[in-house]
Amino acid sequence: MQLDPLTFAAIAVMAIATYATRGVGYWLVRHKTVSGRFAGALEAVPGAVLTAIIAPMAFVTGPAESGAALITVLLALRLPLILAVAGGCLAVVGLRLLFG
Amino acid sequence: MTDNATRAPRLTNGSGRGGDFAAGFLTILPVLIAVVVYGLLFGTLAAQKGLSALEVALMSAMVFAGASQFVAVDIWTAPPSILLLGATALMVNLRHVLMGAALAPRVKGWRRVQVYFSLFFMADENWAFALQRAAKRPLTPAYYLGLSLPLYAGWIATTTLGAIFGEALKSPERYGLDFAFTAVFLTLLAGLWQGRRSLSPWLVSAAAAVAAYHLLPGVWYIALGGLAGALAGALQGERPADIERAEDAA
Repeated sequence: MQLDPLTFAAIAVMAIATYATRGVGYWLVRHKTVSGRFAGALEAVPGAVLTAIIAPMAFVTGPAESGAALITVLLALRLPLILAVAGGCLAVVGLRLLFG
Repeated sequence: MTDNATRAPRLTNGSGRGGDFAAGFLTILPVLIAVVVYGLLFGTLAAQKGLSALEVALMSAMVFAGASQFVAVDIWTAPPSILLLGATALMVNLRHVLMGAALAPRVKGWRRVQVYFSLFFMADENWAFALQRAAKRPLTPAYYLGLSLPLYAGWIATTTLGAIFGEALKSPERYGLDFAFTAVFLTLLAGLWQGRRSLSPWLVSAAAAVAAYHLLPGVWYIALGGLAGALAGALQGERPADIERAEDAA
């Protein structure tokens, strides 16, 4: 059980950045209207960031990973998300065996 | 902590503060099942990246934002790249800006300090239930705390447990756990899907990310994909519902 100073610094910076996102929306509405292209950009960012994170694994790594990504999405449309995650992990193990 | 909740007498109604807290608590309980599973998974993955149980507990208590914590651990290096982690947390959590803006008209009667304290605990789940409550009756700080504290305590406890367990788990690829990040993000994405409006930002982001992944070192592909998607979102402009929401708040 240890606490690395650099790790703590990273966690603190993440905490400040995250609290800023939580506080600033309320603050903005009290002071000005969030609208137009700025609102459109803000709305798009979280989905765009998550898409960017998964893109290499889902599209570049190999057929097993791409197939498992597709299976995960299909499961997520039907099942509780937890089961979709478990199914995706099982699928990648199976497909890796299949594709060698 | 509960002092903040006890200083809003004019907002409490017949059922009282304790009743409101209990009502929020009961509302959020079913969600805790998901928190337990994601928490254990997060702790396990974080331990695989070399984070100690104490560091995991601190991150959960200070950041308390699941998606950005998964992303942080995914890109975690030793030593950690502090600026990159901060910038990534900022981008992944930008949806909070719109969520906080939507919450603002519902907390008009609260004291300023109650609002800024409560916003620390704002997550997808309690935010959604808070708006649902506000549609029917006034949203009280006690109800909001009832929604939030089980989520907060549950997230810290289960991520820490996961880290203790995860330190003992060898070769996670055997269970497909190296794919777990991607699977978690894909399910989060499925929940963010807004129909045709999501299509162009996500496609643009994926294309930019794949290109950057091939051309640039490190995890620049995340920032560039996010920026490209934001530009695509800006071109689309705001959602019709947001215009009504802004008028509601004004």
